[in-house]
Amino acid sequence: MRRKRSSRIPAGAPTLSKKDFVSDQDVRWCPGCGDYSILAQTQRIMPELGIPKENIVFISGIGCSSRFPYYMDTYGFHTIHGRAPTIASGVKMANPDLSVWIITGDGDALSIGGNHFIHLMRRNFDVNVLLFNNRIYGLTKGQYSPTSEQGKQTKSTPLGSVDTPFNPISLALASGATFVARSLDRDPNHLRAIIKSAFEHKGTSFIEIYQNCNVFNDGAFFQYTEKDTKADNTVVLEHNEPLVFGAERDKGIRLNGFQPEVVKTTNGQYSTDDLIVHDQYAEDTTLANFLARMSDTLDLPDPIGIFRSIRHPCYEDLMTNQIRTAKERMGEGNLEALLNDGETWTVS
Amino acid sequence: MRKPVEQIEEATILFAGDSGDGSQTIGTQMTETTALIGNDVATLPDYPAEIRAPAGSIAGVSGFQLHFSSEQIHTPGDLCDVLVAMNPAALKVHLNKLKPNGILIVNTDNFARRNLRLAGYEEDPLEDDKLTKYQVFRVELTQLTRKALEATQLSVPEIDRCKNFFALGMILWLYNRPMEYTMKWIKAKFAKRPQYVESNILALRAGNTYCEATEQFAVSYDVKPADFEPGTYRNIEGNMATVLGLVAASYQSGLPLVYGSYPITPASDILHGLAQYRNFGVVTMQMEDEIAAVGVAIGAAFSGSLGVTGSSGPGLALKSEAINLAMIAELPLVVCNIQRAGPSTGMPTKTEQSDLLQMFYGRNGESPLPIIAPSRPFDCFETVYEACRIAVKYRTPVIFLSDLYIAMGAEPWKIPQLSDLPEIRPDFAGSADTRNGFEPYLRDPETLARPWAKPGTAGLEHRIGGLEKSDVTGHVSYDAENHQRMVEIRAEKVARIADALPPTEVFGAPEGDILLLGWGGTYGAIRTTAENCVADGLPIAHVHLRHLNPFPKDLGDILQRFKKILIPEQNSGQLLQLIRSTYLIDAIGFNKVQGQPFHVFELASKIDEILEEIGRA
Repeated sequence: MRRKRSSRIPAGAPTLSKKDFVSDQDVRWCPGCGDYSILAQTQRIMPELGIPKENIVFISGIGCSSRFPYYMDTYGFHTIHGRAPTIASGVKMANPDLSVWIITGDGDALSIGGNHFIHLMRRNFDVNVLLFNNRIYGLTKGQYSPTSEQGKQTKSTPLGSVDTPFNPISLALASGATFVARSLDRDPNHLRAIIKSAFEHKGTSFIEIYQNCNVFNDGAFFQYTEKDTKADNTVVLEHNEPLVFGAERDKGIRLNGFQPEVVKTTNGQYSTDDLIVHDQYAEDTTLANFLARMSDTLDLPDPIGIFRSIRHPCYEDLMTNQIRTAKERMGEGNLEALLNDGETWTVS
Repeated sequence: MRKPVEQIEEATILFAGDSGDGSQTIGTQMTETTALIGNDVATLPDYPAEIRAPAGSIAGVSGFQLHFSSEQIHTPGDLCDVLVAMNPAALKVHLNKLKPNGILIVNTDNFARRNLRLAGYEEDPLEDDKLTKYQVFRVELTQLTRKALEATQLSVPEIDRCKNFFALGMILWLYNRPMEYTMKWIKAKFAKRPQYVESNILALRAGNTYCEATEQFAVSYDVKPADFEPGTYRNIEGNMATVLGLVAASYQSGLPLVYGSYPITPASDILHGLAQYRNFGVVTMQMEDEIAAVGVAIGAAFSGSLGVTGSSGPGLALKSEAINLAMIAELPLVVCNIQRAGPSTGMPTKTEQSDLLQMFYGRNGESPLPIIAPSRPFDCFETVYEACRIAVKYRTPVIFLSDLYIAMGAEPWKIPQLSDLPEIRPDFAGSADTRNGFEPYLRDPETLARPWAKPGTAGLEHRIGGLEKSDVTGHVSYDAENHQRMVEIRAEKVARIADALPPTEVFGAPEGDILLLGWGGTYGAIRTTAENCVADGLPIAHVHLRHLNPFPKDLGDILQRFKKILIPEQNSGQLLQLIRSTYLIDAIGFNKVQGQPFHVFELASKIDEILEEIGRA
């Protein structure tokens, strides 16, 4: 079930290490940026994927995160604002054996590239999307983004932004994404595990990564990432497990009608049997939608982990099948016959 | 007794009716038959953007003009010998295209008061004396079709939809053309609806028999086959020739074709055409928008395929940022722009040549791109093939600048031999190129092309993108002098394409009074005009440019040999601006921006005017 198309490193070949994936370019993010951690975890996990690095392509749009491909010693294409999904789709279609990674941000993927993002999800190419969500525009120096909370005061919104933010997980689910997950720049182990799961998923894998912009939006996610607040503000999703969280592991999420609510599991009224049990393989998106919407409600913890992971046919495989079937049915294309097709006449 | 047959050299017919009346269908069928019996033929479909404008209205008139001859011809004809008007609106729109004493066939059943009013006629034009200068044939076309089909089981609306074939049957009789090709087409088209095969063939035959029987039609005409070079021919539309050219380039180069597109008039037929050829490994991707369409083509090119995108002017506006990315990334990419009348949405079903400067300059920064334009329907094959060749050889996006007039027009095409097609060699970089570390911007000294290193090749891992590149290494660079050098190299690379171009063909006088300089779909009208002038012994020549950027190297010298350079264009003078600024000469523009092609008589009178000025006439 977990078979990937990307050709494997042959047995006996030297194993790769993190440094094989570090390019000769100086990394130029601000000191303290969350991007450093995401880059390091990606470089660390790559050798474990077991594919030769010449078969790996990183493709990005525009923004701080989109400089990422320059720092990976793989094939890379730093494209234009919002369009990385389109170029990645072409790369994957032209060569389905490649392992394709799209690096994007909240502005790149959800604002200027929103259209491509939703269509990428529904087509289900076997590619991976790492969305660095810092809820701010960094490269243009601090304007609000489509994931900034309403009322955000920035240079472009001195009186507060008036638009309602996107929930990236909900958007991906609504667009038919087959793998949807969330992780954190400040949780290296979790992040590596999620990146690996995304790679192993056959189909478009979408990971929203909460990423701290320490210059323009410092601490936007601290309640989810810092030691003293993390346990009470996040709930880690694990397949087939009830949604338990809290520093004392004494709280859980119960469905009250159509509304998830936090309940104590130790006061006798509720037990873990009353809690939502996560099913990441459910074809139906109802549960995943409930979980996604928890981020929009202040008194609920933010789910971290894999919301959904299901198997659907991939665009490139369906297209390749059409080509194979056409060749079987009509024979391999013959140009001379094609040019002379239809009604012709000869002048001698 | 058989009626007399008169031999004539050529004829022009215009079928016109409501957009649901099937004028395009019978026009295409008449064209096919005419080509198959050996005439030269050129067509002009002219239809509204609305799928079905209100029935009987002026806005809903759809026309199809075809010109055929026993001589070589280049245009669908200025004025018509025959106008078939299925309703008053069609008559109103097209009557001015009928020659004096021309044949006017009208379906009188559609000339009721309501239809007259819809067409804006106060009085019935068939009743007043405005039509006396034409040979008017009043035919109860609807009633005759119903009568012919009364034995079928079809409903009246179904029967009425067959009346276009009644009209075609008449025209086939009038020009002594066989019905068999049309019957064969009807059988294939309606293979799953046998009742429609029967009814349409009945209507076709009835129209034919009607002409033979009625006293109205006393004479029929015959146009002998034209003299063509030996070879195998087929009839082809410009967009179909583009499709075949792209498939051929993919086939000959061994590069799989990935075509990204978004439906738009008049480019959609390229998408439809290519989608049929999965057995050639052709991937067509109908994307969410124009930007995604060019994006997948760029991605495919990066991956080592032949990436192609196609659209029209509005789509090109959306694609321009991505095309610029492919330019600076120096990836092979073919961009087809099938021009239509602009600006903005403009007139989507009408022809124009007004995107030339958009293609030259419509990108931020300095972004030189090769631009090549086909001149006639069949020339789309060779020109788009050439676009692919240049894209691959020089690692650059190439603009293939076609237009609606040739994209939708049809003419006979001598099918080329595969051995005559130029070689297209991908020459991918290999792992052997990495001895000193791979340098993605180390160039071929002759063409300045950079290596095409596709992902999957070990040792060539590299990063490209839209940021300025350091010469040779391809690393991101903000170095001041490097930027100027890269700007110059990119311009020089495109300029060098001219080094390998063949000499420019000059038709007519090698030097003299007037050089007609054209590009794109104006070829037919300009060449016909030039042929007429040459036949009259005038010192006039015609040069038609395929390569618009870079210009051919010998063009400057050619321009010097003529007193006047006349540039007819379907825009307000775009090539004119380029020629004036490049060669510092006082070229003259002749401009028609009406969504309609030039007529030969318009060009001829402009030439007379210039000749008078220079004291020749």
